[in-house]
This record gives sequence, C-alpha cells and structure tokens, in this order.
Amino acid sequence: MAAPLHISISAEPVLSFAGFPITNSMLTSLIVSGLLIVFALWVRVTLKKTDRPTGVQNVAEMIIEALYNLVQSVTNNIEKTNLFFPFIATFFLFILVNNWVGLIPGVGTIGHYDAAGVFIPLLRAGTADINMTLALALISVTFIQIFGVKYLSIGYFSKFINFSNPLNFVVGILEIVSELSRIISFAFRLFGNIFAGEVLLAVMMYLTKIVGPMPFYGMEIFVGFIQALVFAMLSVVLFNIATIGHGAEHDAHH
Amino acid sequence: MKELAVGLAMGLGAIGPGIGIGFLFGKAIEAMGRNPQASGQIQTNMILGAAFTEAIAIYALVIALILKFT
Repeated sequence: MAAPLHISISAEPVLSFAGFPITNSMLTSLIVSGLLIVFALWVRVTLKKTDRPTGVQNVAEMIIEALYNLVQSVTNNIEKTNLFFPFIATFFLFILVNNWVGLIPGVGTIGHYDAAGVFIPLLRAGTADINMTLALALISVTFIQIFGVKYLSIGYFSKFINFSNPLNFVVGILEIVSELSRIISFAFRLFGNIFAGEVLLAVMMYLTKIVGPMPFYGMEIFVGFIQALVFAMLSVVLFNIATIGHGAEHDAHH
Repeated sequence: MKELAVGLAMGLGAIGPGIGIGFLFGKAIEAMGRNPQASGQIQTNMILGAAFTEAIAIYALVIALILKFT
C-alpha cells in the first residue's frame, strides 16, 4: 500500500551548524521559541494602557492572568508569586506550544529518504525527544534547589543531610532519592505522553486512513494541554514546598 | 520472545494505574456530589492526581516502546 510505517524513538539529525548536528525535534523547538518570542515582542510593541484591551493584548492578558492566578493560588504570597511566575509561565507556554506544534499536519510527515532508505522527517514535536524533556526536568529540579537556598540559605540542605537523629538521617537519604526520582518522573511523564501520542497517531493513520485518527487528534490536543499544565503546576508546588521548609510544610498544602 | 515481553510490559503495567485512576475519579465525583460549591478546586486536584497516576502507566509504555524499537 502506501509508505510503510516509520517510527523512531530518537530524533534524527537533519542539519549541521558549525559541526554541531541539529536534530529535527531541535529544529522544531527552535521554531517554537522563535514564535513565542515574536508573539511576546508583538504584544510589547502594541501595548496600550487601557481598561478594555482588544486584539492580541486581550489574548495575552487572558493567558498571563490565568497563569498568575494559578501560581498565586498555590503560593498565597505576592513576593513568591512574582519570583516564580516567569519560570512557571515559560514552562507552561513552551511545553504547550511544543506539544501542539507536533500535531500540525506536515510535522513528522514531510521529509526525505536517507542513504539506507529510512525516512527522516524534517520537523518533529520538540517534546517527543527525551533529551528535551530531560533538560526541562533538570532545569526545574535545579531551580527547586536554587529557590530553597535563596529562601532558607544554606540550612536548606539540612533537609537532605541531617545528623541530629538516626531517623532524620534515613529520612534525609530518602529525600535525596526522592529528589533524583523527580527528575526521572518529570522527564518520562512528558516524553511518554507526547511520544506515545505520536506513535498512536502514526499507527491509526496507517491502519484507518483519515477517519480513524480524528478522535485521537482531539485526545492529543487535550493531553498536550494537560501535560503542560501538570508540569507547570508540579513545578510551582515543589518550588513552594522548597521555600517553606521542612517543619511547616504540613500547613502549606491548600 | 521480545514481542511477548513488550506485550507483558504494557499489559501488566496498566493494571495498577487503571485501578488507581478509577478510584481517584470515583472519590472525586463523590466529593463533588457532597459539596458542589468546591467543584472547581476538586476538579483541579483531580486532574493533577490523574496525571500522576497516569505517569506510571506511561513509564510502562516507554519501556514497551524502547523494547519494541531497539
């Protein structure tokens, strides 16, 4: 029949920039970053101080307000919200647009055949690459430690290394393991959801041509949104817990 | 043999999260029925909890995919 099914778990290099190979998902995420920057600049340049915003400013204000309220509802502290908000909003918007760009027709299907006869798409969803999601997870967990140290100074590490009590020592080791497993869980949750969605759509399109994938497209749009929201919300909850400190953390949950 | 491993990995890995998500949504809907005013908050936490439990199933899926494609 038509072309055979081609799914590869790792992204393939399509370009080379000064000796550095650029894979197709890296190319897509660069395009997405460009789009977000252009959107931000457009809103900035056409910004008008008014009580009734219209057009692009209205859309941007809706998004920013929703995210700000989300962060505020978790931290209940304006100063912390102003500190966390740029990171959370960036995580959310970057992951969301990356997820949704992977669904655009043409992404993953337009490409060329290389020497061995294997199909290489030119563009591919950015977050369907484990390297990207691992990088995001590392950034998030690193910032948890940075915010912890910023709010609790060096005493933050007494969460992990605590010699006051044999029980606290064991709990400290468990906390270290839990922190490392967060990196894995962040990375694999996002990668698994988006890559599995890609595979599902590819298989559905291969088996039942046009009609079959339609409900799965709807599900993928929903899943892309939920995964971005979960990443952002989990990050803000962990940021908040890190800055509150070990003893008072039981009162911190809303 | 490898195909069997792929099938078992995903199949067995979906049992736990399936039960977990069913339990979670059941309790959430029951809570919404008892307190319709808190629906918004319950819904937010419900989606968050569902994403966590679903992640376990996704880990199993990732192992199955890695086994299948390498």
